[in-house]
Amino acid sequence: MPDAAAKIEIACTVNGEPRRFRAWPMERLLDVLRRELALTGTKEGCGEGECGACSVLLDGALVNSCLLPVAQVAGCEIRTIEGLADNSEQLAAIQDAFIACGGAQCGICTPGMILAAYSLLERHPQPTDAEIRADLSGNLCRCTGYTKIFESVVRACQSRSAAP
Amino acid sequence: MPRKEGREKVTGRARYTDDLTFPDLLYGVTVRSEVPRGRIRKIEFGPGIPWDEFTVVTARNIPGENCVFLIEHDQPLLADAVVNHPEEAIVLLAHPDPYLLEEARRAVRIQIEPLPAIFTLEDSLSRKQVIWGVDNVFKTYDVHKGDVDAAFARADCVIVEAEYRTGAQEQLYIEPNAMIAVANPHDGVTVWGSLQCPFYVHKALVAMFGLPVEKIRVVQAETGGGFGGKEEYPSMIAGHAALLAWKSGRPVKIVYDRAEDMAATTKRHPSRTRHRTAVTRDGKLVAMDIDFALDGGAYATLSSVVLSRGTLHAAGPYFCPNVRIQSRVVATNAPPHGAFRGFGAPQSIFALERHMDRVAQAVGLSPQEFRRRNFISQGHTLATGQVIREAVDMARLLDRALRESDYAAKRQRFALENPTQRLKKGIGFATFFHGAGFTGSGETTLASIVEAEATPAGRVRILTANTEMGQGTNTIFGQIAADALGIDYDQIEIAQPDTAAVPNSGPTVASRTAMVVGKLVETAALGLKHELTSAGFLAADYSSDDFARACSRFIEARGPLRSRSQYQTPPGLHWDDATYSGDAYRAYAWAAYVAEVTVDTATFETHVDEFVAVQEVGKVIHPVLAAGQIEGGIAQGIGFALTENVVWQNGRMANGQMTNYIMPTSADLPRIRVFFEETPYEFGPGGAKGIGELPLDGAAPAILNAIENALNISLREIPATADRLMEAFEKADAAKSTEPARPRA
Amino acid sequence: MRAYIPAYEMRTPSDLAETLAMLALEPGVWRPFAGGTDLMVLLGAGKLTHRRFLNIWNLPELRSITVAEDSVTIGALTTYTEIQNHAVLAAGFPLLCRAAAETGSVATQNRGTLGGNIANASPAADSPPALLVYDAAIELVSAAGERWVPYDKFHTGYKNMLLRPDELISRIRMPRDKENWIQHYAKVGTRKAQAISKVCLAAAAQMQDGTIRDIRAAFGSVAPTVVRALSTEAALRGQTPDAGAIAAARAALAHEISPIDDIRSTARYRLRIAQNLLEEFVKSLPR
Repeated sequence: MPDAAAKIEIACTVNGEPRRFRAWPMERLLDVLRRELALTGTKEGCGEGECGACSVLLDGALVNSCLLPVAQVAGCEIRTIEGLADNSEQLAAIQDAFIACGGAQCGICTPGMILAAYSLLERHPQPTDAEIRADLSGNLCRCTGYTKIFESVVRACQSRSAAP
Repeated sequence: MPRKEGREKVTGRARYTDDLTFPDLLYGVTVRSEVPRGRIRKIEFGPGIPWDEFTVVTARNIPGENCVFLIEHDQPLLADAVVNHPEEAIVLLAHPDPYLLEEARRAVRIQIEPLPAIFTLEDSLSRKQVIWGVDNVFKTYDVHKGDVDAAFARADCVIVEAEYRTGAQEQLYIEPNAMIAVANPHDGVTVWGSLQCPFYVHKALVAMFGLPVEKIRVVQAETGGGFGGKEEYPSMIAGHAALLAWKSGRPVKIVYDRAEDMAATTKRHPSRTRHRTAVTRDGKLVAMDIDFALDGGAYATLSSVVLSRGTLHAAGPYFCPNVRIQSRVVATNAPPHGAFRGFGAPQSIFALERHMDRVAQAVGLSPQEFRRRNFISQGHTLATGQVIREAVDMARLLDRALRESDYAAKRQRFALENPTQRLKKGIGFATFFHGAGFTGSGETTLASIVEAEATPAGRVRILTANTEMGQGTNTIFGQIAADALGIDYDQIEIAQPDTAAVPNSGPTVASRTAMVVGKLVETAALGLKHELTSAGFLAADYSSDDFARACSRFIEARGPLRSRSQYQTPPGLHWDDATYSGDAYRAYAWAAYVAEVTVDTATFETHVDEFVAVQEVGKVIHPVLAAGQIEGGIAQGIGFALTENVVWQNGRMANGQMTNYIMPTSADLPRIRVFFEETPYEFGPGGAKGIGELPLDGAAPAILNAIENALNISLREIPATADRLMEAFEKADAAKSTEPARPRA
Repeated sequence: MRAYIPAYEMRTPSDLAETLAMLALEPGVWRPFAGGTDLMVLLGAGKLTHRRFLNIWNLPELRSITVAEDSVTIGALTTYTEIQNHAVLAAGFPLLCRAAAETGSVATQNRGTLGGNIANASPAADSPPALLVYDAAIELVSAAGERWVPYDKFHTGYKNMLLRPDELISRIRMPRDKENWIQHYAKVGTRKAQAISKVCLAAAAQMQDGTIRDIRAAFGSVAPTVVRALSTEAALRGQTPDAGAIAAARAALAHEISPIDDIRSTARYRLRIAQNLLEEFVKSLPR
């Protein structure tokens, strides 16, 4: 068995709050979020960057947290599904849309899918059908066949542009 | 109605098994065989690992039976003297450090003396090696109607023969199998996990631990997809977690990573179907002789039931006076195959619907005209002799599907345009049915029970063992109860499936949840109302609040308010297990699916451009959820048809990564248009029939029929990967250049 | 997660000089780690045998895209997302942008880097065939200095390359001499998105009076490295893109690539499709 390297201290911002924790440098951000920070909304579906269930926003960009060694997030801003809504009463438009349109079935892909959809709408507020399909192709869903996920995105576009 | 647990799911607050944590938790891993078949000679624990810190479990540590109880009792919980498939579990380890645990797993060396193994249906059938029982055969069925042999002897018929094959398919729920256990001889065993059937796991644990039933408790955690893949397998992982907990005295969590889940757990049974069909020259079916064979993997598990359903769907929604279906499921040295949405029917219906197009061609009829001349109607009998009592109009469903998909015009246009195009288009359909609920006397045997109770605050709790895994169980139960009582949906709570708290309403499988259990929910809810009304607490006309107040007052005055409903066999149904004849299913959903494809003849990639799904389902309880089931099922069917290929190497799945096992992404799927028709079924809640598995039956044959339309080549095996399509196309091309032109229908 | 995580070390050097000093000090002991989209997959599968990494993600010297009159120079840490968003690259180097768009998912593209892709040296990589078409050159830096290597000489065999253990890929330069060529990219993957390629073609041609004045054709997934199909190019150079030229090109291609059977596809399929993709490209050229 190989010798253990030392844990390092990481300081970053998670869901708007400054956080400090100790972890092995190449521990996956996914595992640190779930175990160290008790943010279990981010899920592991494949561990190889294919399914997107582990998606988080890193300095505003969508990334797969199963592929991120925690040493690389020092000083970064991380946003997980828990940090998307302003508070537990007022959900983000995309979250309300998923509820209204049936975009979630078993729900395991949903946190990653919602963050991917959120990221899409931040970059393209009025995406075409093809853009939605292409942009979400990194988030796998086995339950829905994606139809109601697309409807949820379209619905969220409408409410976002209607909002004051 | 919004999904009951929707808010939790979109905020990340829903708690799946790996999200749960316990104080003093240990992680567990499984050390597995690398050999497909052999005798275990030695287990060595390698150097460099502090073994004294580990909990180690082998077969010797099992307090009760070393067996995963299901139907046959042939599958061990942990291999003891022999292994019969790659990935078979041999040793279990637990430790608080998940990283060290993984090192330890690698350090266990198991010496296995190999024995000859078999990996194909053919080798099993020919008994190249006998690896199970006396002849490798788990189960056979023989269904007879009329006299097939006499019919084939007739001079006035055309006979069409062909063989069709389907490959294994991985369920690929995005949440891998996971289980947490707490266990000790004094308190018993409790498990929390990702599972579909709490009472299956309960029954298995009772046997594994030799404990009385009240000492075993199984709780379903939020489950990230199942599709059948968590019907029987959870009993295995629950037993493993519980053994480690039992020995260590601490809670143990086992979570599979994707590679382990893919390689070690169940898949859809690979199949081979041989059709021999006699048809009159004007296209009437006279005889169908069907040989249906499934590869079951190393142990019996659910194979006999999968075979049963495949057998009973093999002759489809057609009227044929002479039918013979001979089926068998046999053993190979692969991890046992198991339940996956459709459960045998997608395999036999694939073969049938491909074959029906072929037969149509042989007698010079269009695929749709041939179907119309043979669709079953009310009063006709199916292969088992079941008389169709419901009003069924397959022709109308087909017509609607063809109209909605613009089939005729497209067929014409594609025929005109294809010859000069690199991208060739095709359109094809499948017509099929799916029996809801358990086969024959299965539901009677299950004798499912549902309970409803009122809370002091005036809410209504529904207690069933049926699990939510995305399909909407909680939501439709809530809706059914609310509708039955005439109160607000938000007043209904669905109890978490916990064997210590809910009655056994049967497993969440077989498209039975809405139709069978939903009906019991309705009855149980009405029972509460009846109790309140007859005791004078509730007037004839009342509001939601009135109802709540009535419950509170009743409970204060009289104590608990509970109602219980148990399954009653609908009258007039007869099934004979011995002869395998009679009323196989109490209700069928009927469907016609149309697929439009583009095949790129430079790359042989197939893209499904449009998909129309028309089905008659009794009653649609929740339109969004129902459409969601069809859309999701078709997506799985598209993967089954085109890309989901399991690469086998000596009985082991070699492509067990999401990178290499190809399920459809959002870019791979078309707009799926879903249409429902409703002919209410008397015994379903509000008239509903089951729909969960239906879509898996029709997607693949519709797509392959469309590919044939596009390319004029007949593919008879799925998945129809681009590589296979290329080989078939080149072969057909070579053959065409050497044979005279043949007129086509 | 099949790796013993505590055994893995990652240091974050403060600048390029410190990075190169560490690489020079103990050559082969430290390896550079950029976006991690390849290395972390190996780690998760328990297949990352190397254990000491230098986090180079934040080195500013490796990031910028510089546009000169006759060339574009891309920093090794440029991500696929940044490539797609760059106006000059989008206009003048569409094959590279197409390749970037077809690499993995949005999440992969936000993190995967061009330098990392080159260093990973997969024969199935999507961007390298485009780099071959564009006659790219790679700058390798070390504590001892820097050197430029033509990219078509960089890969010497399966996972072998002209990169010393003390060197870092720092920049990729492409001359701006094909902006008026007809450019063509085709990737055939295992599915429409998020797919490893079974065959990939990047090609460009310069036409003059109905003949092919010059041509580049580079393939992925048909040999131990990404390859420029030189004999095939020779068979087409100076020719009219007609049936005869296509037949000659198909034959030449069959001789100079060596596709294999693997978990994703077969040698026969790859060969046939490589020929078909080439044919589609040549057919698309104006006569």
